[in-house]
Amino acid sequence: MNTVRRAIRPEQIRELILVLIIFGAILFFGSQIENYYQPRTFTRIASSLAILAVVAVGQTMVVLMRNIDLSVGSIVGFTAYFVGRAVVANNEMSPAVVVLLAIVMGAGLGLVNGLVIAYGRVPAIITTLGTLAIYRSILVQFSDAQTIITSALPEWLVNLPQVDAFVVGEVEVKLIVLVAIVIVLIFQLVVAYLPWGRRLYAIGSNPDAAAMTGLPVRRMTISAYTLCGALSGLAGFLFLARFGTITVVAAQGLELQVVAAVVVGGVNTFGGSGTMLGALLGAVLIATLEQSLLRWRVVSEFWRDALLGLLILLAVATDSVVLARLRLLWARGEIEQL
Amino acid sequence: MTRKLLSWEALLLFILIVVVLINVSLSPFYLGLNNQINLFQLSIEKIIVALAMTLIIINAEIDLSVASVMGLSACLLAYLHDQGQPFWLALVASLLVGAVAGAFNGFWIAYVGLPSLVVTLAGLIGYRGVASILLEDESIGNFPDWFEALGQRGLVGPVPFGLLLFFVGVVIVWVVLQRSAYGRTLYVIGNSANVARYSGVNVRRVKMSLFIISGVVSALAGILIAARLGAVRGSTAVGFELDIITMVLLGGVSIFGGSGTLTGVVLSTLIILNIRNGLSLVNISGNTQTGVIGLLLILSVLIPNWLQSVQTRWSRDHQAQAQAQAKGG
Repeated sequence: MNTVRRAIRPEQIRELILVLIIFGAILFFGSQIENYYQPRTFTRIASSLAILAVVAVGQTMVVLMRNIDLSVGSIVGFTAYFVGRAVVANNEMSPAVVVLLAIVMGAGLGLVNGLVIAYGRVPAIITTLGTLAIYRSILVQFSDAQTIITSALPEWLVNLPQVDAFVVGEVEVKLIVLVAIVIVLIFQLVVAYLPWGRRLYAIGSNPDAAAMTGLPVRRMTISAYTLCGALSGLAGFLFLARFGTITVVAAQGLELQVVAAVVVGGVNTFGGSGTMLGALLGAVLIATLEQSLLRWRVVSEFWRDALLGLLILLAVATDSVVLARLRLLWARGEIEQL
Repeated sequence: MTRKLLSWEALLLFILIVVVLINVSLSPFYLGLNNQINLFQLSIEKIIVALAMTLIIINAEIDLSVASVMGLSACLLAYLHDQGQPFWLALVASLLVGAVAGAFNGFWIAYVGLPSLVVTLAGLIGYRGVASILLEDESIGNFPDWFEALGQRGLVGPVPFGLLLFFVGVVIVWVVLQRSAYGRTLYVIGNSANVARYSGVNVRRVKMSLFIISGVVSALAGILIAARLGAVRGSTAVGFELDIITMVLLGGVSIFGGSGTLTGVVLSTLIILNIRNGLSLVNISGNTQTGVIGLLLILSVLIPNWLQSVQTRWSRDHQAQAQAQAKGG
């Protein structure tokens, strides 16, 4: 038992259970929906997963610090729309410039969040609730209610979701999915091994103690929110590529799905614990649920949000009750050893 | 007297006068009874819920699910009515669903101990989801005439039912906050839940009752909006929580709990209603208005923070000066 205790942490058990739940969900839907086990299904899941996962990585960094970013949906919509407009006006833009534009735009919006929270000392929930409204209304105001249509976009952008990174037998691994997974892995390494990433956990688990030990809390808040904004901008680019047609209500409500993915993935809203991999698993579950419900005749797609709310509740309740008991068990085990 | 003049409420009163003056200059009919009643009617459901939200935020909690409960009760009302159920039954059911939703929220927050932010965020998503399960994509209406008249026309003279409810609500909440033991416990719990607990306050029961109240009031507001609009969709009342929370925070209620007055909330409510009305007069769309409200929300916490840091710096300098003088003298 002790070797087990030393090898595995309670949080990892939770992630393992999440993987089991995902497999369970896939098996369940596979039995209910015909032709479920086609590559097409997984490609669909993967497409919405890519966008969700990229934003979830940014959100995780913010939540680890005991903050939250509710404005990500507006940032994704904002960047998707304005980058789309820029590309429509100038079809010759190189892909690298387009991506960079999206990222920089998102980073700017995230920076505003970070400044207000760090220097204005306005609580994150208030700030991001406000910027959610402000960014969305700027989008509506400056768009003159024009929609971006797929036919006005350059070919490479429209075809991007179809591009395969590589093909394994019958399963095509799309490029955007690979990009998303690489981002998750990179930030997982950052958060696990780089000092900057470790400081996120420190600040989240005890902000006052972190400030007293001299950690640059304000600077880290600003950098975390800027990164979250930048990743949301990248997701906005992916959103543009995936949907082509962008209206002013693009990505409205995305923040709720992202928070759901992050919370279900085991990232604690009180900060200080959680991993990018967990957030990715949460995003996988949410994307799977969303795409599967669409194709399940028994129950209308409108059940999705109700299920999402229930999932968040269960995840947080489980974390609060079960994980706390497990951690106590683990800690007792270590004390008995002494 | 100078204390009163420098208070947040005085600042709000000043802002309100400025906003009203600007609006009057934009339209000569602004202060007419018709426009004023209209001004209230457009947001009457929000300001009623803001009264309940005041109690919750003073208690250092938050309820993000109010708009979704409004939508849920409105959708349930429309659904049951559409299914041919007697209308009074549908009304009771709608109020009940609000109580149940509030109790559900309250259970996880008060008894399991989960943070209200996450629980009510889940509620915001979940209750909206249940509402859309009921109505799917449709818009259902066709309510009894007396019901729609209640929501749209004046009840006592030109004053509609909703506005009367608001006045009654203001009186009730004032009495609760300033003259009842329950109100005192709200402030104490908001300042420090632990202190309240050790002083013998049943914190769990108070929090549970608060969220049930919030649920019922939101359900009532949902019924009102169904009456006023005449038809309900799954997306009714989406995004209302922004206005509601702004009204409370702008009114001087601290997001951290433990302080705030009803006067401030009433004043800030008037400010927001007048701003929205004024912006409509210059043809600024509802979406942009929402952006302005969002900005107000941030400023309502940013400015007091800034003022406080200025004040501490001023008093610190003042103290340092006084000390230097005392030493030198």
